[in-house]
Amino acid sequence: MHMSYLARFWDSTIGKKIVMAITGIVGVLFVLGHMSGNLLMFKGAEAMHEYALLLRTSMPLLWAARLGLIAAVALHALAAFQLTQRSNAARPQKYAKSAPQVTTFAAKTIRYGGVLLLAFIVFHILHMTLGQVAAPGFVHLDPYNNVRQGLANPLVAGFYLLAMGALGMHLYHGTWAVFRTLGVARPSPTPLKRRLAVVLAAVVVLGFAAIPLGALVGAFPEAPSPVMAEGH
Amino acid sequence: MRLTLHVWRQSGPNATGKLETYPMDGIEADMSFLEMFDLLNEKLTLEGKEPVAFAHDCREGICGSCNMMISGQAHGPWKGATTCQLHMRAFKDGDEIWVEPWRAKAFPMIKDLVVDRSAFDRIIQAGGYISVNTGGARDANEILIGKEVVDESMDAATCIGCGACVAACPNASASLFTGAKITHLGLLPQGQPERDRRALAMVEQMDIEGFGHCTLTGECQEACPKEISIDVIKRMNRDYAVAAARYVEPKETAGAG
Repeated sequence: MHMSYLARFWDSTIGKKIVMAITGIVGVLFVLGHMSGNLLMFKGAEAMHEYALLLRTSMPLLWAARLGLIAAVALHALAAFQLTQRSNAARPQKYAKSAPQVTTFAAKTIRYGGVLLLAFIVFHILHMTLGQVAAPGFVHLDPYNNVRQGLANPLVAGFYLLAMGALGMHLYHGTWAVFRTLGVARPSPTPLKRRLAVVLAAVVVLGFAAIPLGALVGAFPEAPSPVMAEGH
Repeated sequence: MRLTLHVWRQSGPNATGKLETYPMDGIEADMSFLEMFDLLNEKLTLEGKEPVAFAHDCREGICGSCNMMISGQAHGPWKGATTCQLHMRAFKDGDEIWVEPWRAKAFPMIKDLVVDRSAFDRIIQAGGYISVNTGGARDANEILIGKEVVDESMDAATCIGCGACVAACPNASASLFTGAKITHLGLLPQGQPERDRRALAMVEQMDIEGFGHCTLTGECQEACPKEISIDVIKRMNRDYAVAAARYVEPKETAGAG
């Protein structure tokens, strides 16, 4: 009985949207934490190293968080993919003339932005967590120098900035829509207004973009690796 | 006023359709959009051609049958108006106007600008009702309801089921329609007994009919001739979530009664 009940929920368009909303909230909270941690780059190599150690206080907890985040991204993307397919099937014949009135650039491009972000997440893990791609001189637990060197390539830094643009668009639409999808927004005479979402998107984009921009303008001077200093 | 019309012509459900161009002359600003179409059909009939099929009934904005996608906008450029309430002063001399039917898999084509909106009827049948015991007529004011609640419910109840929300939605979603019905009944005390079942059944029927999902673009609210707010979608989502969490299918019992 429980399976069929869950299957029914997942099968409905609103059920999938609710899954997207909840996994989206997980993503927003993660992104805010990640962005705050990133800003330690401006404090230096030692601060970044300690931050890396702090995250590793408990490896089982870290892995629980990692798996939870991967599951959230996977569910979010799967629901989005299936809903997009239903949406395409719902209008087999397009209009010869269409004139959208109030939809935003963010809403219109959110599916493409989502695909870009998914590609970015994979690249970013290979780049900064595993040090396998475009990561010259990668040293485990020395995030300061890994970021400094990893983002010295303008092409790589450019890709990071592009992805942050997509993230900003995603948050501009998503953090406003999430309250409506979950049905907790207050009734409003102007339901399309979204002040909180604008602020949140701007803070996240600027906070994240500061790192690749900082790397490009040389705000992160070379520093001795704290890992070497500790003699690991 | 001279106008150029591009009108979708399709002789039947499975026929190939295309946009036909009709130059129009002598259009007056005081004509309604449908009167302009009457003029076009008069002209086509005199030329021995098949007139354009379009649905219309009350011509005063309450029946919801005069559905036309006018240059990409459901019911045309005026806010809070159906196609029959749209007047030609909305256009200017020399304008080109594209007229197409609602496009959605759940609204199958019948002919030219007429589509079949029975999918809406089936969504209503799935749960858009309340149960009332028969017997002596009850006093109208027996159940007291706050004015704000009545107002909010009435705002949702103004839905005429025209389908402009589906037509304008990039996902051809029926969320504004279904949300309006769920809100209108779910706000009132009389709508409480079936509230959970209603939300589950109407949403399920909406999905079965093949409408898309809601991405909150706001296009439906903009196109709605009754200016129903997307707040009704928010309410539908909440009612659905709550119902999904607590509703248990009634057990089959031996021997009804």
